[in-house]
Amino acid sequence: MNKEFKRIDGRKLDEIREIKAKVGVIPNADGSAMFQTGKTIAIAAVYGPKKMHPQHSQDPAKATLRCNYNMISFSVKDRIRPGPSRRSTEISKITEWALEPVLILDDFPNMVIDVHINILQADAGTRCAGINAASLALAQAGIPMKKLISSISIGKLDKTLVVDLNKAEEDFEEGEGPTDIPISMTEDGKITHIQLDGKITKEELKKAVEMARKACKKIYEVQKKALKEATK
Amino acid sequence: MSERKVITPGEVIVSGNDYLPGDGTEKRGEDIVALKYGLAEEVNKLIRVIPLSGVYSPRRGNIVIGKVENLLLNGWVIDIGTAEDGFLSITEVPRYVNKNALDEVLNIGDMVVLKIISINKRGIDLTLKQRGLGKIEEGLIVTINPHKVPRVIGREGSMIKMIKEATNCSITVGQNGLVWIKGDKINDEIFAKKAIEFINKKPYLDGLTEAVEKFLKENKNE
Amino acid sequence: MTEKMTSPKIVGERIKEYLKEGKRFDGRKPEEFREIKIETGVSQNAEGSARVKVGKTEILVGIKMNVGEPYPDSPESGNIIVTAELLPLSSPRYEPGPPKFPAIELGRVLDRAIRESKFIDLKKLCIKKGEKVWTIFIDVYSINDDGNLLDAANIGIVAALKTARIPKYDEKEDKVLFGELTNKKIPLSKEIPLSITAHKIGDNFIIDPTKEEEDLSETRITVGSTGEHICSLQKGEIAPIEIKELYEVLDLVEKTYKNIFKKIEKFLK
Repeated sequence: MNKEFKRIDGRKLDEIREIKAKVGVIPNADGSAMFQTGKTIAIAAVYGPKKMHPQHSQDPAKATLRCNYNMISFSVKDRIRPGPSRRSTEISKITEWALEPVLILDDFPNMVIDVHINILQADAGTRCAGINAASLALAQAGIPMKKLISSISIGKLDKTLVVDLNKAEEDFEEGEGPTDIPISMTEDGKITHIQLDGKITKEELKKAVEMARKACKKIYEVQKKALKEATK
Repeated sequence: MSERKVITPGEVIVSGNDYLPGDGTEKRGEDIVALKYGLAEEVNKLIRVIPLSGVYSPRRGNIVIGKVENLLLNGWVIDIGTAEDGFLSITEVPRYVNKNALDEVLNIGDMVVLKIISINKRGIDLTLKQRGLGKIEEGLIVTINPHKVPRVIGREGSMIKMIKEATNCSITVGQNGLVWIKGDKINDEIFAKKAIEFINKKPYLDGLTEAVEKFLKENKNE
Repeated sequence: MTEKMTSPKIVGERIKEYLKEGKRFDGRKPEEFREIKIETGVSQNAEGSARVKVGKTEILVGIKMNVGEPYPDSPESGNIIVTAELLPLSSPRYEPGPPKFPAIELGRVLDRAIRESKFIDLKKLCIKKGEKVWTIFIDVYSINDDGNLLDAANIGIVAALKTARIPKYDEKEDKVLFGELTNKKIPLSKEIPLSITAHKIGDNFIIDPTKEEEDLSETRITVGSTGEHICSLQKGEIAPIEIKELYEVLDLVEKTYKNIFKKIEKFLK
């Protein structure tokens, strides 16, 4: 690893951007939260457990988790035409897979828990911010959960591993280019979501996962604090 | 563990083999771990988590306030804010019901005070066979966080009694977070509504009784 | 709470009784707005933005601009496109999916108020006649729906447009340099268009209903005006109104416009 590597915004290699988290931001929802990492802002709202329609979609063994991720049109510099995209459909599913392992869904057969995530502002790491916000919203909605889920993106810029890429770093062009690894895990290190695109050796990937573990622990502390402060 | 503390899912509440896991908790090895976000409480070594937010969890014996959603051949489907439907059978109404004129007793859209007699696979069974239950003819309905209901009722009903006296209204609190207020004057009903909303907004601190007393005194002459 | 647990009939009776005495549950007069909070510049990537809270109702508005060809029938004019989305996160009543009628109506009624009032000077958005003009995209999102999204959204649109700045446009490359803003503001008229909706409940009209009140609305009339002139009208829902009631609404809206304008003036600098 190149110790002299300087990040564009001056952060240390393992430094996460400034995080802001707040719970209960949408009065109508059963649970809601805002999670901000640097300039990326995600809000999530949970409605449920509630009756599932249509009836034939109901699962008699447990509640169905439905996640819906979308970026608003002006979350990015180049306006996004309203409506779902293949990317948002994939991220919606990834989010479900990231959260479901910790939810105790068999308490609610035939019901549905809807999680709506909107990205208000994007500066990379949007799916991670969405998962972090959703995790808080689910807890606030009183959904029984074995643990919270924390999510972060590890990047490799040419040969240097860094924590929490921003957009400028995602667009990195030199050397081996950027590699982006979003990971979600529980506070005791169980991975519920991992994706990768780029070019990386096995050893580097192992290191990246270690860095993610440490970063997720920090994110977990912020999430816990947001929940505890909401009661004041 | 002496005080109630705010706990989050996955956090260890206490450690030690003489503690037992109650509602909202799970035993992992020697630890009692929270499975819900709320207040962790210990009563005689039984640890449980009292949720602060989220939807209503129905329990047998709960008094609830619901809205008639549908008429079936043998009863009414009632929405009490739970995912499963509530069902009131004709046999659970303490008066004669003409099978061909169910709507004369309760029609779609009517608000009713009921009691939960059982919770099973089919849904939630309700009854009107108890004093104080029945159709709501008029008044105000206020919706609050169902988890705040114990605070609105108070220990042995002390809080709700205080509000009833100060506002001169009769008040029925549904465990599902709906509250029915009936007074002689609309102003009295609005006063009671404000008092209940005041409690609903307050965080979980002590001194609630004094705060409510103060609120009732200050807002008396509206 | 499930969607069906809203405004039971008996509450409706009380609301109507109270209105006869000119009162509302939260102590407001029939023509009074809830507390309005406005924040502008809340979005980094938009050219202009605003977050508006009216009571518990919250909406977010973003202004994006781009350069393209003008419409053939208006070769010297820029364009406005207003889109509204009722986000599922803002209410248990909204589902994901393509916009349904309420969102479509919301967008169109807002569009009419902004467009017909000539608030935006479209001719000044022309870069090269017949070839290149600016298009202004006004995107409205509901964040929490506690009634009266429309009036709140209009306030947001005005605040966002007022504080927006035009991005740099590289004429040679025919590229808008998003993120690089000039000091130029969008050319706007001095007359501010606001939409104010009056709802009929029983025999009375109210302004700025909460969701509970909105559920009881038998018919609603949205008046888009600049104070001086009325530039758009929309009657929605089923109940008919007498002609004198329409005039009553117009008077009510005129009065309300002045009150609202006073409250939001400072955010429109």
